Amino acid sequence: MIAENFNYEAPSTLEEAISLLHEYGDEAKILAGGHSLIPMMKLRFAAPTHLIDINNIPGLSYVKEEGGMLKIGAMTKEVEVEDSEIIKSKYHLFTDATKLIADPQVRNFGTLGGNLAHGDAANDHPAVMFALGASVEITGKDGKRTVPIDDFFHGFYTTSVQHGEVLTEIQIPAASGRFGSAYHKAERKVGDYATAGVAAMVQIDEDGKCTRAGIGLTNVNSIPMRAARSEEVLIGSDLSESVINQAALFASEDCNPSEDLRGNVEYKRHLVKIITKRMLNKAISRAK
Amino acid sequence: MTKKITLKINGAEHTMEVEPRMLLVHAIRENASLTGTHIGCDTSSCGACTILIDGKSAKSCTVLAVQADGKEIATVEGLATAEGLHPIQEGFHLNHALHCGFCTPGMMMRAIELLEKNPNPTEDEIRWGIAGNLCRCTGYNNIVSAIQWTSAKMQGKELPSTEPKFV
Repeated sequence: MIAENFNYEAPSTLEEAISLLHEYGDEAKILAGGHSLIPMMKLRFAAPTHLIDINNIPGLSYVKEEGGMLKIGAMTKEVEVEDSEIIKSKYHLFTDATKLIADPQVRNFGTLGGNLAHGDAANDHPAVMFALGASVEITGKDGKRTVPIDDFFHGFYTTSVQHGEVLTEIQIPAASGRFGSAYHKAERKVGDYATAGVAAMVQIDEDGKCTRAGIGLTNVNSIPMRAARSEEVLIGSDLSESVINQAALFASEDCNPSEDLRGNVEYKRHLVKIITKRMLNKAISRAK
Repeated sequence: MTKKITLKINGAEHTMEVEPRMLLVHAIRENASLTGTHIGCDTSSCGACTILIDGKSAKSCTVLAVQADGKEIATVEGLATAEGLHPIQEGFHLNHALHCGFCTPGMMMRAIELLEKNPNPTEDEIRWGIAGNLCRCTGYNNIVSAIQWTSAKMQGKELPSTEPKFV
């Protein structure tokens, strides 16, 4: 399959990329890892007239803790997240998630920024970002702005990133104290999109009380979503079995899956309930 | 519309004029006439087109040729030398790790990066490591054995038996 023809440019600075994006308007697409965009172009679901490859721009790929934040450069590849010592030691849900994203070859290319900016509710990192309470830094002509993940996804393939802008960094409140997180998705085969997926994060104080909680859901709503009612019952609780069951029930009630080849609505809600329960228990055990 | 690019494939420079939409796998097969890299699904699912770009395994049906401009590309044709087969080829040969052979070039290129990053992988790590490569003949067991054999060979360890296993 061959994509429609387009012009290709690979600028070496962010300023240059932004100015090209302004010049070409909505006819241009940013090429990051390309493993969502190129297949869409081959199928002719997308036919941008200009591709702006941002792989040659230095300084967009890093994982670091700084000023109480975990900062991940938008062009950081899945494999780099997988191999990062900071991630492996503290942010276990990334390790859980990246292992389930596509396959090793795709993870050598796919980027975290691209996974979010693609705006697909079936992608895995949106749920991870909801669970961790992330914000996204977007750079445009007039400088940088930061958007909380809750305001980032607008609709099918639509996010806060406007024409002429580039998603540049992901910012996550750093793990502190007794912090645990976990992610799992049910998939039909390796590399498939989730039938349903759940990301969970808890922070627990010395008395065993939950001080922070986050739950994000994958592919069970038209846009990536947070299970807000579930978080409410967790925060301030002792994370007892009944609280976890309630949180899992709320997540299964509040999601809005649609029936497809991966399963019917009832089945997907059931999966959300079970996986939420399991991921909460896993996150809690990791927080000890 | 076309762009002039240079691909360093198995050490040899290939300069070509390509449309930006040309896929890397087509540039390798058609422009550089190296047809050892196969096109299977053409949707980045099967891994038959796996090559190495600067040492990293990639599905060349989902990379544009222009993206690989100036990069070092390794394909199956570069594995064997005048001295003989590459250990991964020897491993596949001795362990009966192929039937039709269609997936083999991609499987071997993927295994090379896997062993480079993790010289002594467990069976589980090998199976996750080749999760992006489909084989419809072997049932994978012999491929896993071949990669285990190659791992031992490359580290100078005692070689596992290559007798067929019936499982």
